Order: sequence, then C-alpha cells, then structure tokens
Amino acid sequence: MVGIVGYGVYVPRYRIKTSDIADVWGEDSARIGKGLGVFEKSVPGPDEDVATISVEAARNAIKRAQIDPTNIGAVYVGSESHPYAVKPTGTIVAEAVGCSYNMTCADFEFACKAGTAAIQACMGLAKSKMVKLGLAIGSDTAQGRPGDALEYSAAAGGAAYLIGMKDVIATIEDTVSFTTDTPDFWRREGEDFPSHGARFTGEPAYFRHVGEGAKSLFKKTKTTVDDYDYFVFHMPNGKFPIAMGAQLKVPPEKLEDSLVVRQIGNTYSGSAMIGLARLLDIAKPGSRIFMVAYGSGAGSDAFSITVEDAIEERRGEVPTVDDYIERKTYVDYATYAKYRRKIKS
Amino acid sequence: MPNIDVKSRVEDGGITMSNRVAIIGVGMCKFGELWDRSLRDITLEAGLYSIFDSGVRGADIDGLVIGNMSAGRFTGQEHLGAQAVDIGGLGDMPAYSVEAACASGGAAVRQAYMAIKSGEHDVMLVLGAEKMSDVNQTEAMNTISVASDWEWEGMFGATFPALYAFMARRHMKDYGTTEEQLAMPTVKNHKNAEHNEWAQFQRAVPIGVVMGSGLLADPLRVLHSAPVTDGAAGLVMCREDLAKKYTDTPVFIESSTQAGDTLALHDRKSITTMNAVVNSSRLALKEAGLELKDIDVLELHDSFSIGEIILTEDVGIAKKGEGGKALEEGITEIGGKFPVNTSGGLKARGHPVGATGVAQIVEIALQLRGDAEKRQVKGAEKGLAVNIGGTGATSIAHILGR
Repeated sequence: MVGIVGYGVYVPRYRIKTSDIADVWGEDSARIGKGLGVFEKSVPGPDEDVATISVEAARNAIKRAQIDPTNIGAVYVGSESHPYAVKPTGTIVAEAVGCSYNMTCADFEFACKAGTAAIQACMGLAKSKMVKLGLAIGSDTAQGRPGDALEYSAAAGGAAYLIGMKDVIATIEDTVSFTTDTPDFWRREGEDFPSHGARFTGEPAYFRHVGEGAKSLFKKTKTTVDDYDYFVFHMPNGKFPIAMGAQLKVPPEKLEDSLVVRQIGNTYSGSAMIGLARLLDIAKPGSRIFMVAYGSGAGSDAFSITVEDAIEERRGEVPTVDDYIERKTYVDYATYAKYRRKIKS
Repeated sequence: MPNIDVKSRVEDGGITMSNRVAIIGVGMCKFGELWDRSLRDITLEAGLYSIFDSGVRGADIDGLVIGNMSAGRFTGQEHLGAQAVDIGGLGDMPAYSVEAACASGGAAVRQAYMAIKSGEHDVMLVLGAEKMSDVNQTEAMNTISVASDWEWEGMFGATFPALYAFMARRHMKDYGTTEEQLAMPTVKNHKNAEHNEWAQFQRAVPIGVVMGSGLLADPLRVLHSAPVTDGAAGLVMCREDLAKKYTDTPVFIESSTQAGDTLALHDRKSITTMNAVVNSSRLALKEAGLELKDIDVLELHDSFSIGEIILTEDVGIAKKGEGGKALEEGITEIGGKFPVNTSGGLKARGHPVGATGVAQIVEIALQLRGDAEKRQVKGAEKGLAVNIGGTGATSIAHILGR
C-alpha cells in the first residue's frame, strides 16, 4: 500500500519572539503571543531560502529512509516563496541530493498546501508504478509585511516526504481534497508581500475548507474522530487549529502534539507537514493520524495515515522536529529585518 | 405601470395632508459580516420583510427613500433608490437615496415623514442599507472618515476613533469618568443583543474583556467601538388615516426633528456635549408635547461607548458629566427608568452606517408594538431614537408613540 518511506524536516536556527515584534509596532506585547497562540517564529538566515531548506529536509528524509536517491523518479517542491519566479527550485534540490537525471520534476504552488498537493501527486505516480519513489516537499520562507498581522506568524521551515509502495513506515490509507475559488490571501506577481482579507481568512476560508475536507475524509473512510489517535491541521496561528479541533469535537490532547506553530510560527507550505513529522517522531506503531492541510485561494487536502512497525527502526538517524525547535538563536528585530531583507538601501 | 394615480388625485381635489405619520411595517436582515451576500440581497430582504410585515401590496407604495452613506465607495453602486425599486419589482415610483453620514438612515425616515405629512405621498417604503465588508479595513476606515471634516480632520489622521478618544479623554478629565464606566455601554448593549436575533453579536461580553481589548486610540479600545457591519433595515410608513386599513398595531411618529453643529470637532465650544443632540431631542419632545419622563425606551447612537455616555447626558437622562454614573446605577438597563439600546445598539446590533438610523426606528416600533420578545420593555408607549452623523454635526431625533 502506498505510504511514507521516509521523512525529514528542517527549521532555520534563528528565532524572534512575537513580543519583540509587538514592541516595535507599539502593540501590547504581553497580549500578542497569547492572542495568536504564537510565541516565537523561525527566521531564515541571510543565506537560507526555500532551496536550501528543501535540500536539508530532503537529505534528512533520504537518510532516514535509507534509500538510493537515484531511485527517486519525481521531485516536487511546494512553496509560495520559490527563489525564482521562472526556474524550478526542484532541480536544485534533485541535483543536491543526488537524484538521477532520468526523473520528472516541478515546483508546486497552492499557498500553504502546495506540499501536500505534491504528496498526492507522488501517491498517484507510485500507485500507478510510474515511479518507485516520489519526493514531495513543502517549504517556505514566508513573507509578512512589516507591521501587518502576518508578521507575527510568517516563518520559515520545510518538510520532505518520500512516497512509495515498498518499505513504508506509515501507510496513507486515503486522501481527499476540497477546493473552491475563495480569495482570502494572495500575492500578485512582483509584489514583495501578500495581502489578506483580514477576518475573511477565518470562517469562509480556513474553517470552511478544513472542516469540509475533514468531514469528507471521515465519510469516505467511514471513520470518526474516535478512530484516530492524533490530529494535525494547518497552523496559520495557534488559535485556528484549536478552534477547528473544537468544531470537529477533537479532544484537545489528540491535537496538542502537532502544534509546532507556538514555537516556530507558521511555516506555510511546511506547516501541517512539520506538524505531521512531529507526530511521526513520537507515535507508536499502529497509531492513526488524521491530517488536513489548508491552502489559501482556497483548498484543503485531508489524509488518513497509519503508523507502521518499521518506523521504530528509522528513528534516531536524523534530527527530530523537536531537535530543530530546541536548536535556536534569538535575534532582535533589527537583525531579523536585515536577514529578511526588509531594510532597503 | 406608474403607481401614482394622477386622475384620482385630481378628482380628490389634490393632496391630503396627514396629521401624523404611521409606521405599519418593519423589517431587517440579520446584521453581520455578510461575505456571501451583496448590497442588493440585503436591501431586498429588509424591504420585502417590511412589506410583508405591513400587509401592503407593492402597488400601494407610492415612493421609496433609502438611507445610505457611501455605497459608491463601498460597493461601486450608486443610484440606490432606482436599484431598490427595480429589485423589489415595485414598478415606477419616485425613489432616491439620502446621505447624512451615520445619520443617513434617520434622514431617510425624516424625508419620508415629511413627504407623507405634506400629503405628497401616501404610503412609502423607507430603507437603510450599507455593505461595508466588500473593501479592506483600511479602505473601510477611509470611507467612513470622509464624514468628518476631511480637510481639517480626516486628512490629518484624525479618524473617528481618534476624535471620539479626544471626547472621552476630556470627559474623563472634566467629570472623572472612569475606564470602567467607559466599558459599561458595551457590556449592557451586548447583554441586550443576546435576545435580538438580528444582531451581529448575540452574546454577552464581560467587563474585563472589554477593558482588556486592544487600544484603538487611548482611552478607546476595540470593544468600545461599533463594528464594521453589512446590514439593511426597512419601514413601511403611511398616512395616519390609512394605517388601520393595514394593521391593528400601528406606531406613530409623534415628532421628527433635526439639528446641526460644526462639522469639525475642534470648532465647538465644548467637545463633551453635542449641541445638535441637545437641540434635536428637546425640540422633538416639545413638538410631541411630551417630557422626557414620558419616554419609556430609547435608542441612542453609540458608535463609540463615550458616545452613548454623552448622549445619555445630552438627551437629559443624566446631568452633564453623570452619564457614566447613570450606567452604574442601571438607569439605562432594561428594567431601569430609561432603557437605552435594548436592541444592542450600534455596538452589538452592528453599525451598517446608512442602515443604523432605520434600525433604531425598527427597534422602537417593535418595543411599542410589544413585539420585542425577551428584550421587551413592559408597557412601553413612547420611544425616542437619536441618530447622529460624524461627531455630532448632524443629529436626527424621532419620537414614536402608539
């Protein structure tokens, strides 16, 4: 059965506290973190971008899977901060990790769910035996306009998943998507920062799409909340996934372990995929995981996943999500502004 | 087909002036951020609701007025009178929109009142509508700010939160109004709105949450401020002698008055009192032959909580400076001597700018008809609504009776 053969993540080491950002903009620094459910966010170093983050995550995935990278037949990188508008990130990643030239490659974009869309594409290729292994990556160095609400959460990080039919460490039983044309968040060509519809990003966008995606997967798989041990929802902030869980009547303890957003912020295309990785780091074989990724514009990808026995042999080889979360160096706002090239000469 | 029967008007010997003007039907759409509904949708819903509530036929209506502040900027549509008649399938009749900033709704009611009282019209549909959530928050704020003195206030960044913050700060300095008192209108109005199914926020808010909400312009906080709202409200009004034909529970407009003040806040002698409110409400009582003690229920314009405190004083419920104290004493709660904003007010019912003045009249009419359900003020016979524009450059007062 199709599933995850290996996975790896990468989170840049730099962090800025959301209270420090609030101080700069004259906001109530004591309230911001609690209000958003985001206390720190990761900041990419000046020499890091989606290509380097994707390569780090992919190397971790390949090392964990103990596979020969020349067996990878497809490389898809999902992001909304690809370094080039024209020229793929995927080719950089493929060559850096040692793929053969005889493979297909493309960059994906669907706001924060481009990486899970890449997983779905790889599932199709693997199931149809067009490729042995597919490498699906979700990675971002998210942009937030200085002073905008997004600046408190827009972070950097990525996750890579090797998808195949053999030697899986977690089976993907099923996946469904829910897609509409809903303009809640966007960035036009040539613009430095995205725009958003403020509260419109909540009810008609995130909650509708994640909720409908979840319900549709429950229906298709004939399962209920009780059948799963863990849940992970896309984390634009710390509040939305918790509110979503409450709407779907998910016990908070089943959601808690995936909430990486509190320490690293919203890594956009990496968000739900890093949350899933954290669950794979700790889940016992046999555990069932329910994931719904969300992308603005808008759509959701929902997955039903079962952790297999083989996962235990694959642990300890590469850094865990928590290793990356704990590896951190704080920067102040000025340094953050420099690293993110927000200072214009 | 034209609804105006020119022949019969001529045969009747011309127009008939009406002694009083009756409200025979009321209606609204549920207020809120209505992302999946257009200005057309909400205008139509409020209009049809009012017509069904009144029992008139479309053909009985001979004119339409719609209160709206800025549909041109909020949605790109003007000519709302013609639009309302068109989407309502009302045929051919005189129809136009009226603008007086946040008092546009009150102005629409007053225009219809004068048109019917003069005998020019017999049965009119009055609407108020604003669709504010189609633009981003910055554009919404800029659009509302043009109701201030743009050259002397708005253009320099003196938005309405800033202007009302000046008023609040001065009120605190001169009269010792406290931050707790500043939070009380919000707490009261949200509590009232729990029982109003048309309200944007049908939930109570504890005082601690109000006082801990984000600062907009010190000392005003987010929860001291009315929200951005999409909404529409409607009334069917007619000549007094026609009212009984349609309903057993008509409500009458006992008086309709309007007063003005300087457009800019800084040109006034005092920024803690609104002369236009004092003058329009006094005149309304005089014209109705009533005293304030005769009023059983009030809707006072609370775009910011300090606004409700100042209006409580300016209509005479409390002495100047004691509006906060009146709130503490519960005088303006349902069950108090002068219940204010039983609907939830602008804060909790929502504030679709051009619809607000009409929605205030809807609430007073429901109260006087005994149809206000769980928020009913027992035995209410007379009600006063005060709808203001800007920081009080326009004030429109209506006294209703049954």
